[in-house]
Amino acid sequence: MEMKHVEGENKGKVILYALSTCVWCKKTKRLLNQLGVDYYFIDVDLLGREEKDKVIEEVKKYNPVATFPTMVIDDDKVIRGYKPEEIRKELEK
Amino acid sequence: MNQEVKEPTPEEVDKLYKRLDKEAEAAGYHLNPDIEFTKELVRSLLINERRYGYWACPCRLADGVKQEDLDIICPCDYRDADLAEHDACYCALYVSGSVLRGEKAPESIPERRPAREDRSQFKEKQEGKVPTGTSKPVWRCRVCGYLCAREEPPGVCPICKAKKERFERFM
Ligand code: SF4
Repeated sequence: MEMKHVEGENKGKVILYALSTCVWCKKTKRLLNQLGVDYYFIDVDLLGREEKDKVIEEVKKYNPVATFPTMVIDDDKVIRGYKPEEIRKELEK
Repeated sequence: MNQEVKEPTPEEVDKLYKRLDKEAEAAGYHLNPDIEFTKELVRSLLINERRYGYWACPCRLADGVKQEDLDIICPCDYRDADLAEHDACYCALYVSGSVLRGEKAPESIPERRPAREDRSQFKEKQEGKVPTGTSKPVWRCRVCGYLCAREEPPGVCPICKAKKERFERFM
């Protein structure tokens, strides 16, 4: 499974599970770009079935209902949905 | 499997946006007044139409098999409940009057869609006889709640334009 890498300032390992069609996901990406942080993302809707199922299982570990966007910081802190304040709080430290 | 499809043109987006806006207002619904945001969603609906053959909800992961996605074909079965509770649907394509008037801003809300086995398309159909006292079966639109008593559900819901397959037997 291939994640896209957006280079920026290192604020920990930031992974974003997203959908290419979802506007809340787009807003999340825009905010991350604006904050200039280093992150990885994957648009799950663009994957083939097998890979998609694999990634869903992965997302479920952090977010049992597997909704998008799901953001995982340092394998630990999980942000579900587009939560600009929470994202800023975590990444502007 | 490659999910890339031809990009919708701005004209196509504009056309569908206008149509949805007109239909929404005629039925007492409102599109999100943030036109840029709304047009991005409309664009996503067109992409999903090309990808899956129907308007799978842009903010949910579609399965790609229509029967699986029936409850999340836009407008989804969950729109009205989310409008009532959160002033916007899950994607914020549709919003309440207070958002339209600028009294509230839509945000990312919790997912209301139940686990697969609890989705209405997999629930047992209430087949059977027409209840006593009624001369015809009653059908309910799962999208907007419209009820009608006739032999078959209508081809398209006269209120919210949902297709026939979104109707369930109510009585
Ligand atoms: S009504 Fe809103 S939440 Fe439901 S499918 Fe359409 S865009 Fe998605």
